[in-house]
Amino acid sequence: MDGSDLAELTALAPDPGTPALSVEGVSHSYGERRALDDVSLAVPRGGFAALLGLNGAGKTTLFSLITRLFDTRHGRITVQGFDVARRPSAALAELGVVFQARTLDLDLSVRDNLLYHAALHGLGHRRAQARAAAVLEDVGLTERARDKARRLSGGQMRRVEIARALIHEPSVLVLDEPTVGLDVASKAAIVEQVRALSRMRGVAVLWATHLLDEIEPGDHVIVLHLGKVLAAGEMSEIIALAQAPDLRSAFRVLTGTAVPAPETEDAGA
Amino acid sequence: MSATTLGRARHGLTLGGYAICLEGVLWREALRFIHQRGRFLAALVRPLVWLVIFAAGWRQVLGVSIAPPYHTYILYSTYVVPGLLSMIQFFYGMQSSLSMVYDREMGNMRVLLVSPFPRWFLLIARLSAATVISIIQCYAFLVVAWLWGVEIPDPGWLAVLPALIIGGFMLAAMGMVLSSLIRQLENFAGVMNFVIFPLFFASSALYPLWQVQQSSPILYKACLLNPFTYVVELTRFSLYSTWNLTALLVVVGCTIAFTAAAILAYDPARGLMARRPGAGT
Repeated sequence: MDGSDLAELTALAPDPGTPALSVEGVSHSYGERRALDDVSLAVPRGGFAALLGLNGAGKTTLFSLITRLFDTRHGRITVQGFDVARRPSAALAELGVVFQARTLDLDLSVRDNLLYHAALHGLGHRRAQARAAAVLEDVGLTERARDKARRLSGGQMRRVEIARALIHEPSVLVLDEPTVGLDVASKAAIVEQVRALSRMRGVAVLWATHLLDEIEPGDHVIVLHLGKVLAAGEMSEIIALAQAPDLRSAFRVLTGTAVPAPETEDAGA
Repeated sequence: MSATTLGRARHGLTLGGYAICLEGVLWREALRFIHQRGRFLAALVRPLVWLVIFAAGWRQVLGVSIAPPYHTYILYSTYVVPGLLSMIQFFYGMQSSLSMVYDREMGNMRVLLVSPFPRWFLLIARLSAATVISIIQCYAFLVVAWLWGVEIPDPGWLAVLPALIIGGFMLAAMGMVLSSLIRQLENFAGVMNFVIFPLFFASSALYPLWQVQQSSPILYKACLLNPFTYVVELTRFSLYSTWNLTALLVVVGCTIAFTAAAILAYDPARGLMARRPGAGT
């Protein structure tokens, strides 16, 4: 390896100080309607950030921009320091995504869904097989590997999607309301599983939700409302900023809107 | 391993990575096709209905006179085979576009589009997969047609392959452009009525163009403007181990144009998809 190779390798390796995911001054409109307005946020390496917002806050639009389904026209998004607009391949290789809608191919087996995704990330057969087995074990679904995806429950499908998002060993995992439509037990299991995986693998997580019970005191919370970031910081900082007794009240103070009560949360999902 | 290779390998963008990605897309298309045996049967039955019923009925009425690439009078069933091969590819191209709309609605399309490989490559991989499957169907039909008594020249079995590749790719690309224009699965019925049937019937698939010219000069001009006509003619000539240069140029030109349009349509910066809120790309 010569000097220029080393220089390139250094350039490819992200600066340790760079956030795992950075969104700077991003705006997006659908025609006249502004969905995101000068949104900025950062998720540190290995950190867990909750993007808290009601339906219509702009969470899914932001995810579409982070994953480059939409082009970023205003602002800048980087994943591990790689600009999503300028170096999409490098950025997307570092990103694992769980979309709000179910995206498994129901006619394929669990394992085939994972292997297909591995191929889309250029993983060779042996590595793909090994990774598929490892991530299925991580989410506790090894015994369902041969089952068609359509035979899984909603919670199991979500776990397969999380496994799929991790198969290429990304540095950043983004999940767009991953617990929508799940029962209480499945929700709790998935939240706990992602937190554990994040801790074990050092993966940075951006977790979009409108459910307060998915947020823990140490999480970095970003409050997104009508396309704008109203507050960002640890839960205690958000509560202090709003001068409220708890996060639910703080959210109401900041947005002027109540978060759905736990028993009705999914009604609006 | 050099730093460049290391960096690219981490991001899966080595030449081998491209090959793995292409193979993965082909494999998934094949698995879906195998799992949906009804699709294969439908794809085979449709042209066979034309060959066994339609062509058998017309063979006594329509003798096709000597015209290139044929060197002698031929039966109508022989004439219609290249058109039916193109029909298989046309329907599969449209079916593939239908499955893209379905994938978009179901969200599977996003999984493809968030791959680190370039968008153009992913779309071309998808087109290649559709082309390969349509060619398999074509050969299955050729075998049945041969068993039915249609004469297929021995060299034609292989000589037709390049035409099937180019024609299949063009029709799949056309389907992909259409899929970008269709918002919902329900709207696909309109494609059947306004795209597939007009293009199929206003072509040389079922009747020679010189006969069309005699009966309706306007329809003849429409047939000449129809790119599907050239896919049929390219297939017809290549089945007899000759090349129709005009057809080849038109098909290659249309393939490039449709592929470019499809890539543009699915481009997040300029494509139609980016302009729709919650488009479910």
